[in-house]
Amino acid sequence: MIAAWTCPGPAGPSREYALAIDRQRPLRLLVVPALFEEANRTRRMLAEMMRRLDAAEIDSFLPDLPGCNESTQDFATQSLSAWRGAMEAAAREFAATHVLAIRGGALVPPDRLPGVVYEPLKGQSILRQLIRARILASREAGRQEEGKGLVAEGKEHGLELAGYRCGALLIAGLESAVAQDEGRRVVCQAELPGAGLWLRSEPGESPGQSEALAKIIAAEIGA
Amino acid sequence: MSSNDTDTVLRAILRDVLGLGDEQVAGFDGDTGLFGSLPELDSMAVAGLLTEMEDRLDIVIEDDEVDGELLETYGNLLAFAEAKRAA
Repeated sequence: MIAAWTCPGPAGPSREYALAIDRQRPLRLLVVPALFEEANRTRRMLAEMMRRLDAAEIDSFLPDLPGCNESTQDFATQSLSAWRGAMEAAAREFAATHVLAIRGGALVPPDRLPGVVYEPLKGQSILRQLIRARILASREAGRQEEGKGLVAEGKEHGLELAGYRCGALLIAGLESAVAQDEGRRVVCQAELPGAGLWLRSEPGESPGQSEALAKIIAAEIGA
Repeated sequence: MSSNDTDTVLRAILRDVLGLGDEQVAGFDGDTGLFGSLPELDSMAVAGLLTEMEDRLDIVIEDDEVDGELLETYGNLLAFAEAKRAA
């Protein structure tokens, strides 16, 4: 269930992990996770979705973005283009035929793979929320900060946001990135039962959402 | 929009953010404690909550409008949201 793949990085290639269900079937789905905390909040739902896809004869692969989870790469060196390159490499190594990109993952899917984009959002929306969390946390600690100044500082020197040491390139990338949903089926939360799990303050799960998303994907990619 | 709608929308947002049932959030009253009483509402969760309020209530919340008092109770948060919508 845990596969390894070779990921490019600033200090040379690294071996990274992916949750994988691989039975050498013709339909092979690369799952590009959401970014930051949303990745944790949606992970159990996605793992269960992968088991449902397995039952529908679809192989699937959920790689870690470099710098996240057990990655040996440093988060501070990451950028949207690094993550996009990483997902290209994972798609090649796993011979993916389709992609599912979740939320901010839709900013960094591999080019050319058809598939599904689930509730994509702009990089600006992600950055705004991270900056807001930083301002709130600073205020609790008795420090006054404001958004525009933080973004400007972040684009020059990088910035710690919600516990992530974001490099200058990542901040600049988030500020202008838009979802790569062209030609892909966009899935809205209203198509699944209940509210998006990325909203939850604590990670949760939803077998009903896993099942519904697996069904949409299976119908879309022709299983 | 009546104030009742804001109340309904705000309860739904808290239900989704806190992972509660409809019955639990229906039991919230003006004095129900939020930030400080609910350990899962850390700064990231509050940021998400505010963003969701902006989206679903069609309001804009400035960062300097957010303080501990606003998030102290459900009543305070509701009064803020209603004032924003009326503005």
